[in-house]
Amino acid sequence: MSSPKRSKVLVANGQGFWGDSILGPIRLVEEGPLDYLTLDYLAEVTMSIMQKLRSRRPDAGYATDFVALLDRIAPRAHAKGIKIIANAGGVNPRACKDAVLKVLAKHGLKGVRVAVIEGDDILSRLDELIASGEPLKNMDTGAPLSSVRQRVTSANVYIGAFPVAEALAQGADIVIAGRLTDPGLVLGPLIHEFGWRSDQWDLLAAGTIAGHIVECGAQCTGGNYTDWRKVPDLARIGYPIVECTSDGSFVVTKHEGTGGLVDVSAVAHQLVYEMGDPRNYITPDCVADFTSIRLEQAGRDRVRASGIRGKPATPTFKVSLSYENGYKCAGQLTISGPEALEKARLCASIVWKRLELDGCTFRPEERLEEYVGANVCHAGIAAAEVAPSEVVLRLGVKCADEDKCDRFGMELVPLVTSGPPGVTGFAGGRPKATEVIGYWPALLRKEAVRTQVTVFES
Amino acid sequence: MSNTQRVPLFRIAMARSGDKGEGSNVGVLARSQAAYEFLVRELTIERVRAHMSGINHGVVERYEAPNLRALNFILSDSLGGGGSASLKTDAQGKTHGLALLRMELDVPPAVLATTPES
Repeated sequence: MSSPKRSKVLVANGQGFWGDSILGPIRLVEEGPLDYLTLDYLAEVTMSIMQKLRSRRPDAGYATDFVALLDRIAPRAHAKGIKIIANAGGVNPRACKDAVLKVLAKHGLKGVRVAVIEGDDILSRLDELIASGEPLKNMDTGAPLSSVRQRVTSANVYIGAFPVAEALAQGADIVIAGRLTDPGLVLGPLIHEFGWRSDQWDLLAAGTIAGHIVECGAQCTGGNYTDWRKVPDLARIGYPIVECTSDGSFVVTKHEGTGGLVDVSAVAHQLVYEMGDPRNYITPDCVADFTSIRLEQAGRDRVRASGIRGKPATPTFKVSLSYENGYKCAGQLTISGPEALEKARLCASIVWKRLELDGCTFRPEERLEEYVGANVCHAGIAAAEVAPSEVVLRLGVKCADEDKCDRFGMELVPLVTSGPPGVTGFAGGRPKATEVIGYWPALLRKEAVRTQVTVFES
Repeated sequence: MSNTQRVPLFRIAMARSGDKGEGSNVGVLARSQAAYEFLVRELTIERVRAHMSGINHGVVERYEAPNLRALNFILSDSLGGGGSASLKTDAQGKTHGLALLRMELDVPPAVLATTPES
């Protein structure tokens, strides 16, 4: 084991998903010390959308928000020596790199090393992989990929943290990856800094859990916290930082003077987020045991985590495939009182009846009827409002036929003049059919995947 | 049992929920060790399934993480198809944690004493 480069490493996450506030990472760079800034941009559906964009334009297919963010923070991050790691590459990390180099040039930043990690995108290799005996069966249903093969729109392997460490070892200041796991963004720099080996399961699990805690940004610093009244200054909430040491223990915190709170409950809230079996949190790098984590308050807005145990990684990578799975269309109208709920129910029945009159019918399971304001989120639990002063009527359909979905979309706005009184809120106009993207999780032998790291310089 | 008090789960626990494929998970965090032990006994799969039956149409699984004083419930069919296939307002189960915290439970005073109302 090589000796650690420094005793304590500060890793922050400034972006929990594509669409998170740009203020998170900007303020992390401005408001205190930091060694690494990680940014998570990808969700299952994102990859499919990016493939579509790339098929229309060869220089598209990555998270453009990342480039806009770098335009804001690159000079300051460079001056402070903060390294940036992002899975912003989507399905076109090299195009993302080109855009990043342009931004660096615009700011006159020379000699900045930008690494690209490739190998996660296996869309063009699918037939070769199937022919070589990889069934890519649906993990949930067991169905073979051949049943949807012709409709597949993206296929990406969740790759782990070691390629990130490799990029950093090659001197990268900015690392751009495609479908890198969210925790891998944080584990990568820890492997690099502390020289952790690929069979040190407890340490890899610790870094993985540190990454999991911060991967949704402010969700571990007081955002989406049950006792929300106790959380100070949510408007200026601090994004999370993990202070990591080479023994695998770490402190979750945020910059001084920022809003939000970091207590044991806030961290525990995030640990159970999207949790399955807490003893077996499977990543490409290890299997982490969430029941081994010891949390303790270690000062104001500081929570220490220690004692984490891990098990050997599995022999397979998880693959995320997406495929075209029909269409959907949804729209809404606002119905004012008096008798808002009754009028909204009448409106819904009118829409279905008019569609039927035109030979356009949907089965009950293809339809959605929601009366927002009269108990949608907690159906069957909270007592339904008997007489809300207004409700939002949401209607939707889904089916294989795009035209039928569009036909549905034409029957909402006419209710304003041909339904009961008090129908409004149609500013969005006529809703259009959109594609439904099916999600297909599968496993792939690790030997079938090879990642490459390439470093460029501004 | 006679001197138990009927309170919402919120009084003795916190929660967070999110999407998991076509279902969601609800992590319940007990506010004290006594509350955790009470919930391990009382917050059964059957009770959660019945309480969430307006939202979840599939099986419910439960896991325990005593170190976090957490019970994790998987609601297997609660998102109207999940992902981009869902038409629902809460297509990601973000509000399912609060839905579960609305459950009313008969809680012994010894447990309530460990989770004072703030």
